[in-house]
Amino acid sequence: MNLPRWPGAAVVAVLLLLTLGTLAAVLWRADSFSGLGRADWAAVRFTVIQAFVSALLSVGFAIPVARALSRRRFIGRGLLITLLGAPFILPVIVAVFGLLAVFGRNGLLNEALQWLGLSKVSIYGFSGVVLAHVFFNLPLAVRMILQGWLAIPAERFRLAASLGAPVGVLLERPMLRAVLPGAFLSIFLICLTSFAVALTLGGGPKATTVELAIYQAVRLDFALDRAALLAAVQFGLTIVAATVSFWIALPEGFGSGLDREITRWDGQKAWQKIVDFGFITLAVLFLILPLMMVILRGVAGLSDLPSSVWPAIGRSLAVALTSTALCLLASLVLALRGGRAVNVASALPLAASSLVVGTGLFVLVQPWMNPAKAALPVTIVMNALMALPFALRVIEPAVNKAEADYARLSDMLGLKGWARVRIVILPRIRRPFGFGAGLAAALSMGDLGVIALFATEKQQTLPLLMYQLLGSYRNDAAAGAALVLLGLSLALFWLFDRGGRVDADA
Amino acid sequence: MLTLDALEITQGDFRLGADMSFEAGQVTALIGPSGAGKSTLLSVVNGFFRQTSGRVLWQGKAIDDLQPDERPVATLFQDNNLFPHLTIAQNVGLALGPKLSFGSDPRVAEMLSAVGLTGMEGRKPARLSGGQQSRAALARVLLMDRPIVLLDEPFSALGPGLRTEMLDLVRSKLLTPDRCILLVTHDPDDARRSSDTVALIDDSEVAPPVPTEELFANPPERLKTYLGI
Repeated sequence: MNLPRWPGAAVVAVLLLLTLGTLAAVLWRADSFSGLGRADWAAVRFTVIQAFVSALLSVGFAIPVARALSRRRFIGRGLLITLLGAPFILPVIVAVFGLLAVFGRNGLLNEALQWLGLSKVSIYGFSGVVLAHVFFNLPLAVRMILQGWLAIPAERFRLAASLGAPVGVLLERPMLRAVLPGAFLSIFLICLTSFAVALTLGGGPKATTVELAIYQAVRLDFALDRAALLAAVQFGLTIVAATVSFWIALPEGFGSGLDREITRWDGQKAWQKIVDFGFITLAVLFLILPLMMVILRGVAGLSDLPSSVWPAIGRSLAVALTSTALCLLASLVLALRGGRAVNVASALPLAASSLVVGTGLFVLVQPWMNPAKAALPVTIVMNALMALPFALRVIEPAVNKAEADYARLSDMLGLKGWARVRIVILPRIRRPFGFGAGLAAALSMGDLGVIALFATEKQQTLPLLMYQLLGSYRNDAAAGAALVLLGLSLALFWLFDRGGRVDADA
Repeated sequence: MLTLDALEITQGDFRLGADMSFEAGQVTALIGPSGAGKSTLLSVVNGFFRQTSGRVLWQGKAIDDLQPDERPVATLFQDNNLFPHLTIAQNVGLALGPKLSFGSDPRVAEMLSAVGLTGMEGRKPARLSGGQQSRAALARVLLMDRPIVLLDEPFSALGPGLRTEMLDLVRSKLLTPDRCILLVTHDPDDARRSSDTVALIDDSEVAPPVPTEELFANPPERLKTYLGI
């Protein structure tokens, strides 16, 4: 392509600085190391256990749902499968609000229990954290396992049917053995670095994740030494898990073509159909009810929104759009450069603790800038960084395909450097580029991470405003904010994704 | 004159040698079984594959060290000859340089009319038939105006009638006294109808080009085996 190599090198350098450099900055700023206390080790234990249980439940429940989806056809099946991709771009705080409305102290479940004369259940602590993680990751697991089912050639089912052979042992078990470890590990990794869920539903000595412990160390005690040590522990945990995943192929969660159906000859007994539709109904209720509650309560709460919601919306949009631009620029540069260094550097944000990166950035900019003023710029950089692995995973294969198809024609015509990118590559990758932009924008819009560490009233984003409304028990106003946040996140995703599709020539 | 001087091409177990010249003002057909290295030979001429030894010369000057776009060569590939996201005019205009604005150059319209595509300037390739797409790609090769033209089975996806039509168009528009055209084909009929000379590729060796009529009137053993006669 005859592109200069320095932009790629520069982005890799920035990635290293942001992930490893910030960790070093926090370590350097911490003047004395008192070591980790018992509470910190409890956090480590809690983090691993909750991630393990969350992954286990998500995958376990996903198996019957995926099987039902793979062998039953019904109206709305395609829509449901599309909907399974939605939790990825759903703001965590909105989902938590929806879950509280269903499973919380005054939620639907407890009202029903009370009506039946049973005692109430609480979803704060371990069960709440796991519940929220299953809510987010069950759909991902279903999509990954469904992919496995649909990858079994239809001829095999036909052959098994003609031989009267058991499909389960012959076809399904080997497929599950291949797919499940990767699905489990992906979700385990995601739950390992979870912050916003633990911040809202966890807390206390029994339900604190490492990320939350880092937040508390910085925010409450400004104990950078402990934050840095915890960050190193967190880094170690994710590196170990990521290294294991190096040997296990991680299945793809957001591929297309999942709405294909396969004709099956087994599983046609009435009770099997009932079981299948039972699982589908359960999954739909579990996913849809909280969102319905967000909408229902949100509409009622719109009038209670404080006037500070407007500047918060403005800030959130500005943060989301800027970080999307940064993220896509970096992804494009990395995808164009390709190679091993890019792969390693782009996986680093997955292992990094967003709170440590944020804290490190504050430490680094502190000599020049008031930390409170840096809250929004730091959030922008953080959000771009955290969305980068996902955007790159979508954009890089598209760039490679464009090159595989049109490199010779472009070379012959002397299309090189920037002209090549503008005339050939960018138009060819429009769809994934739009999709990647949608992901980055929605993730940033709903982010409640670093911003919670340092922002004051003047840097309040919409998720932070909503968190504070919840904290001060203004539930109606929080419901309104949740609805606005949900609408904006989905709208941003839709606009970008749509922008990539309109008038795109396949 | 295009000269392949003691050319050696190797790729894994694959080996191909060539030592010959192709006259300007002629269409030379390269025929041979698949896997014999017809396309690889073209890739060495247009600069996408590096030979192990030997030289490629045009009018006595080596062109080996030139980039694909700097060589006096234009190629019609087997597929992907047009960018699907650009209009026909923009696609053809790229022959003049790496700018989309060349699409409105009057020479583009001229070439499009030469291949019978007047009025199609603003369309994208998907809205053209297969034959029209081939014509558009041909218009770009015409506008590139390079002395060596390589046709790597570009019309193989077309039906026999359209293919004949395209090959006739190549002869009538593209063939000039100072231009050398190489046509890769696996169809002896294409070679018989459209080429002046034929070079047979087989047994790791490119045979020097022989006048087409002579070759088919008196086929050597190797050609008989290929044709199955």
